[in-house]
Amino acid sequence: MDQGMKMLLTGFDLLLALTLLWLAWQLLRSTDIFKAIIFFICFGLLMSLAWVRMHAPDVALAEAAIGTGLTGPLFLAALRRIERKAGKNMMSEPAGNGEETGSRWKARNREMSPLLWTVTALTCCLAGLLIWTVLIIPRPLPGLADQVAGSLAESGVNNPVTAVLLNFRGYDTLLEVMVLLLGAITVWSITHAPFPPRVPDTSPVQKAAVRLLLPLICLIGGYLVWQGAYQTGGAFQGGAVLSAALVLLLISDFLWLPGMRSLPLRLGLTLGPLVFVLLAGFGILVEKTLLRLPVEYAGPLLLFLEAACGLSIGLTLAAFFAGGRPASDLRETPYSGEAKGKGPAES
Amino acid sequence: MTTILYSVTGLLLFVFGLFALIVCPHPLRKILGGNVMSAGIFLFLVAASYRADTGEIDAVPQAMVLTGIVVSVCITAVALVLSTRLQQAADQGARRRRKRRREEDAGE
Repeated sequence: MDQGMKMLLTGFDLLLALTLLWLAWQLLRSTDIFKAIIFFICFGLLMSLAWVRMHAPDVALAEAAIGTGLTGPLFLAALRRIERKAGKNMMSEPAGNGEETGSRWKARNREMSPLLWTVTALTCCLAGLLIWTVLIIPRPLPGLADQVAGSLAESGVNNPVTAVLLNFRGYDTLLEVMVLLLGAITVWSITHAPFPPRVPDTSPVQKAAVRLLLPLICLIGGYLVWQGAYQTGGAFQGGAVLSAALVLLLISDFLWLPGMRSLPLRLGLTLGPLVFVLLAGFGILVEKTLLRLPVEYAGPLLLFLEAACGLSIGLTLAAFFAGGRPASDLRETPYSGEAKGKGPAES
Repeated sequence: MTTILYSVTGLLLFVFGLFALIVCPHPLRKILGGNVMSAGIFLFLVAASYRADTGEIDAVPQAMVLTGIVVSVCITAVALVLSTRLQQAADQGARRRRKRRREEDAGE
C-alpha cells in the first residue's frame, strides 16, 4: 500500500472517530428525544462503517441490521407509546396542573449544579484513567487467531466467526439464545401488545409494497443464514432481516396478524433454543462432551442449527417490536392499575 | 495507530454513555446512554484485537461482540417495555391523586 493511500485511510479513520463522538454527544444532550433517537440511528450506521474499517464484516452486518435497524424502531415505538399516554392525559385533564405528567422527567438541571460538577469531574477522571491504561498496554496483544485458523477444518464451516460462534464457543451462543428467549418471556409477561397497532390508515402503496417486498426479504434472510457457513452472514444477521419483514407486516396493519393464534408463535420462539439444547445433549451422547459435534457431521448439523436459530431470532426480535403478547392470547383482562368496575382477573 | 484511535474512541463513547446514564432523568435517554456505552465497549474490544500491520483478524472477539449486540438489543427491549409500564402507572397515579383532590375541593 503506497503512502498516499495510507494517509487517506488515516484521515478517514480520524474523521469517522470524530463524527462518532460528535453524534454520541449530540444524541445524549439534545433536548428532543425524537431527535436523539434519529441521531442514534445515524450513530449505529456509522458504527457499522467503523466495523468494516476493522475488517469485521460480520459485526458490521449485525450492527446495521440488529443494532440500528431494529433498536431504532424499538425506541421510536416506545417513545410513541409513552407520549401517547402522556398526551391523552393532558387532553382529558384541565390545563394548569400538569406538573406530574409530561414535565416529570424534564431536566432539573440548573438547581443541582454542584452535584453535576462532581459527576463531570469524576467522569473526566475515569476517561483519563482509561485512556492512560490503553496507551500503556504492551503491544501486540495476544490473540486466539492462530488457534482458530488451526482447527477451522474440524468445525464444519469455513467462516471463522461462525465457527467460533456455533462450534468452538457454542456455550456462549447457547446462553445468548436463552437470554433472547428469556427477554421474550419477560416482555410477554409485563404487557400485552397494543393490537391492533394504531395505524389509522395505511396507504395502499405501502400495503402493495410490503406484499411485493416480503418474499424478497425472506429470501435474503434465508440466503444470509445459508452463506454464514462460508462467508459473512449467519443466523443473527439472517434472523434480523427476517424480523424486519415481520416488523413491516406489523406496521402495515395487515388484519390477519392481530387475530393470529399464539401457539405457532410460541413454537417458533422456542424452536432455536430447543434445537440447541438437543444438539448439546447429542454431543454428550456421542462425543461425551457438552456441545462437541462429530467432525464428519458438523457441517449439516450447524446449518440445521443456524436455520432454527435464525427463525427464532427473527420471531423474538419482532415480538420485541410488537411490545407484548398478542391480544388474542389474553385469557384475563389486562392489568390496568386502576380497577374501574372491571374485575382484576376473570379467568 | 488505527488500533489506538478506535480504542480511545470506544472508551470516550463509554464515558459519554455513563455520564448520560447518571445525569439524564428521562428513562429513554438513560437507555440510549446504555446503548452508547455498550457500543463503546464493543468498539474497544474489536479495536484492541485488530492488527493493522498484518491485517490478520481474530474471530473470537468478533464473535463475542456479535453475541453482545444481540444481548444488548434484548436488554433494550425489556428496559423499554418496563419504562413504558412505569410511565403508564405513574400517569394513573397522578390522575387518581388529582381526582381525589377535586373530590375534596367539592366536599368542602
